[in-house]
Amino acid sequence: MITVKNLKKRFGNNVVLDGIDIHVNEGEVLAIIGPSGSGKSTLLRCLNLLEKPEEGIIQIAGTKVDARKMNSKAIYQLRQQTAMVFQHYNLFKNKTALENVTESLIIAKKMKKSEAEKIGKELLEKVGLKDKFHQYPATLSGGQQQRVGIARALAVNPSAILFDEPTSALDPEWVSEVLQVMKEIAEQKSTMIIVTHEMQFAEEVADRVIFMADGNIVEENTPYEIFNRPQSPRTQQFLKKIGTGE
Amino acid sequence: MNLNLDIGYLIDVIPTLLPFIPLTLILAIVSMIIAVIAGLVLALILRSDIPVLKQLATIYVSFFRAIPTLVQLFLIYYGLPQIFPALAGMTAIAAAIIGLSLKQAAYLAEIFRAGLGSVDKGQVEACLSVGMTRAQAFRRVVLPQATRNAIPATGNIFIGLIKETSLAFTLGVVELFAQGKILAASSLRFFETYLALALIYWIMIIIYTFIQQAIERRLEKPYLS
Ligand SMILES: Nc1ncnc2c1ncn2[C@@H]1O[C@H](COP(=O)(O)OP(=O)(O)OP(=O)(O)O)[C@@H](O)[C@H]1O
Ligand SMILES: [Mg+2]
Repeated sequence: MITVKNLKKRFGNNVVLDGIDIHVNEGEVLAIIGPSGSGKSTLLRCLNLLEKPEEGIIQIAGTKVDARKMNSKAIYQLRQQTAMVFQHYNLFKNKTALENVTESLIIAKKMKKSEAEKIGKELLEKVGLKDKFHQYPATLSGGQQQRVGIARALAVNPSAILFDEPTSALDPEWVSEVLQVMKEIAEQKSTMIIVTHEMQFAEEVADRVIFMADGNIVEENTPYEIFNRPQSPRTQQFLKKIGTGE
Repeated sequence: MNLNLDIGYLIDVIPTLLPFIPLTLILAIVSMIIAVIAGLVLALILRSDIPVLKQLATIYVSFFRAIPTLVQLFLIYYGLPQIFPALAGMTAIAAAIIGLSLKQAAYLAEIFRAGLGSVDKGQVEACLSVGMTRAQAFRRVVLPQATRNAIPATGNIFIGLIKETSLAFTLGVVELFAQGKILAASSLRFFETYLALALIYWIMIIIYTFIQQAIERRLEKPYLS
């Protein structure tokens, strides 16, 4: 489903991704953990080419892109395969919850408005926002905004959904409702890549966990193995510091 | 003390000035429309990295912000036809509109650039992440948000423009101010006539300010918590 080969990205002289290889099967949930600055966000943002890697091959569903020979058409096609949920939600501030969800359907997919709204309302109901269709982001709590963000991502029916620390910016009281929605999506066999600091959530929901440090994948295993029997000293140190793993 | 003020004349002269308001408004509105379009194009160029074009836009903004409006109007109306004889047929009204819009475009370019710059980058990224193109992101998300940011300053430009239309009299355009001048010269009631003019400009600006406030309230609606 998703295959990444030898992905390299740097900002100036700062090598942020140093030849990353990953593979995610259809319906699989991959969690990425690691210290701040290890390149987790950059990896995710390379997958939908919000950042342009210098080197590497990214294949998602039927679309394959070689970083060395990218053109705007290839970039656009690869982006069609995924949707992203952002740390700071990035909801369209000038649009209501429903418009946030239907925008891509109407504008990018040229769907009829009535049809798009039907889908939009279903998705907002699914994330528990049945009574918020016509509210603007400014009037929603962080948790509600992030659930709109998730509904917006689901709307394009992506091959995979990319989550970049979806609960990090939330007040603690809103975290569980967002994680709950993500759990439900995972149960429906969606392909998901989740960058997270919620170790307990990763352990429960992920099929596989990757530990990243300094632009490399240090360790990759099942959640149970990573959290209970981390192999690499780097992983052990990280888990100890954040107070999971024993 | 016998105050030499003829209130009756003041009241009488106002209706004779009113028919000249439309021309003043046309000068202001047409100039504004051209300035907005040109200003937006300039702002986009200033925000881009297009080599030569960006430098030219910078020079344009710097030049037109620096020279007095009068110098600019004279340069266009009296100066340009000397270099380009084809422009000799240019009407005074056209020259006034060109002059005013070229100048305000320079100010608007700066306002729009700041307005566009204040839209969070994450908004475009969100568009791209759900498969929209950059152009779609600009039209549907960036431009509306930038408009809201830029509207107060843009409104001030329009107010300035309404007032600056009075400079068109120097090219021989008989707009509101020119007509006032004519009436004042023939009646010799300078104070009353110019006071009447001042009141008319004032009321026009008051009405426009109301309109602008209504627009601002409307644009502000999505952002109120
Ligand atoms: N646009 C950018 N320009 C320059 N450097 C950047 C940019 N984005 C990220 N970096 C650098 O790349 C490195 C990796 O950043 P990244 O955001 O991918 O880390 P992260 O693992 O997501 O960290 P965090 O857990 O804090 O979100 C950091 O050193 C960061 O400073
Ligand atoms: Mg990050």
